[in-house]
Amino acid sequence: MMISLHYEVDGQDFALAGEASSNVKKVLKQLGVKPDIIRRVAIAMYEGEMNMVIHANGGIADVEITPSKIVIIMQDTGPGIEDIELAMKEGYSTAPDAIREMGFGAGMGLPNIKKYTDQLQIISEVGKGTRLEMTIFVK
Amino acid sequence: MAQYFHSVTLDKERCKGCTNCIKRCPTEAIRVRAGKAKIINERCIDCGECIRVCPYHAKKAITDPFDVIFSFKYKVALPAPSLYGQFKNIYDINVILTGLKRLGFDDVFEVAKAAEVVTLATKHLIAGNKVQKPAISSACPVIIRLIEVKYPNLIDNVVPIKSPMEVAARMAKRIISKNTGLPQKEIGVFFITPCAAKMTSTKAPMGSDCSFVDGVISMSEVYYKMIHDINKITHPENLSTAGMKGISWAKSGGESFALGDERAIAVDGIHNVIKVLEEMEDDKISDIDYVELQACTGGCVGGPLTVENNFIAKNRIMRIARMAPNIDLVTRFDDLCNWDISWTNPITYKPILNLDNDMVKAMQKMKEMENIYNSLPGLDCGSCGAPSCRALAEDIVRGFATETDCIFKLREQVRMLAREMMELEGRMPPPFRKDE
Repeated sequence: MMISLHYEVDGQDFALAGEASSNVKKVLKQLGVKPDIIRRVAIAMYEGEMNMVIHANGGIADVEITPSKIVIIMQDTGPGIEDIELAMKEGYSTAPDAIREMGFGAGMGLPNIKKYTDQLQIISEVGKGTRLEMTIFVK
Repeated sequence: MAQYFHSVTLDKERCKGCTNCIKRCPTEAIRVRAGKAKIINERCIDCGECIRVCPYHAKKAITDPFDVIFSFKYKVALPAPSLYGQFKNIYDINVILTGLKRLGFDDVFEVAKAAEVVTLATKHLIAGNKVQKPAISSACPVIIRLIEVKYPNLIDNVVPIKSPMEVAARMAKRIISKNTGLPQKEIGVFFITPCAAKMTSTKAPMGSDCSFVDGVISMSEVYYKMIHDINKITHPENLSTAGMKGISWAKSGGESFALGDERAIAVDGIHNVIKVLEEMEDDKISDIDYVELQACTGGCVGGPLTVENNFIAKNRIMRIARMAPNIDLVTRFDDLCNWDISWTNPITYKPILNLDNDMVKAMQKMKEMENIYNSLPGLDCGSCGAPSCRALAEDIVRGFATETDCIFKLREQVRMLAREMMELEGRMPPPFRKDE
């Protein structure tokens, strides 16, 4: 048994970022998933959405829910990450000043995603895009 | 009974079975069945939105009848500070308290005073990092109930302190018992309430085993009893002891003002509150220490049992507060330890959203729900008695409704039936057919 959800994340609208994670949160509550798991999924996914909005002009998010795990795949065709190891460091950010002035781009996106997920796989190619696969175990 | 007592109830005679309330209910707790609104107990948070929105006044708040006070030897009124904003041209709290006392009370004890104690205790918890930040005020019972049913991840952010009403009830009983020598059980304390939710919270207390409040009386009932004679009071008793901060609690922003923390926000109106709780749940609110949340627009002055327009009442409260002394009731937190103001029972998650206790079954139901939802017209017309097409789809998989409850679905089926009938009508037995 699997529930698949698909979202297009709009790159132009900051206000809409977070809509996909909000929706996933609601679905997980209806499925009776434990609150702490829901919290981790929501935060990791929101950070992923924000990353796509800030750096990649949007992208797509696919969520696969099974009774044992939740897998979130986020793909964009943005600039890609040059040095993944560096990007994983807390406080490191390549966000432009205008974004930082709005309180985003604190360099906590990827570290937070790492922190709240059980498994994280990042595939990125400069100039082509980034694919994030996050796994959170339900049990 | 205790678990599902609700102050918000329906007057069946008046209900026309329209869709106004089902649409406005923030927890989708109302359905129309057999021409009447039906409140789903598990989902109702007693916010009173339906009371406000019903054009036929069919929703009401059950409070205790005024005469309940006469069953006690010593009767004490506990006025919510929002009462002070109800009377035109009256800016002297002593006049209001004297008028209130003359209705038959032996004494009055201001809830505003207890609010000052709650502020002090909250300050102490925040300063000592004893509550998860941003800390959420626990004064509005609607918010606590909403967090219990929908935002379990925020339970640890709720300030574990009893509401000013409960603190006032405990203080009043102890102080008066000490001063008069009467046993506490002979002293009746009665909260003058601006809302239904406070009534509910005395029947099913949050954070403690029992309520010390002996009765909850509607503010509008008290208002109409007081209004005839209040202008005749020329020599009011000197009864008020509450300061500026406690009085300010009557309106949105008052708690934050009393706390004096610049990293505090005040959010009023249940739909605004929900937006903020959603953001808090996702960790989006990070540079804030304290979140004051009130279900009613304007705060308690906007309660469904108030009389005055909440904007006017808010202005009046600010003017009254400005004239009150800016003093703290108690200056050291140690002084409060014997007031028993902390929660004794933590609040717990009471899920209402899950489709099934078994996750695999819940997933099956969700798939079914999506299919049903996609086949519905998406107008959210409410004719089926549910607030939206999505809610109807959910009701169907939960077994509370059927697809033909949707009038468009019903029409579709009738059309199909008619077509089938036409087709059958056109058929002839073989001997009468024109060709083979």
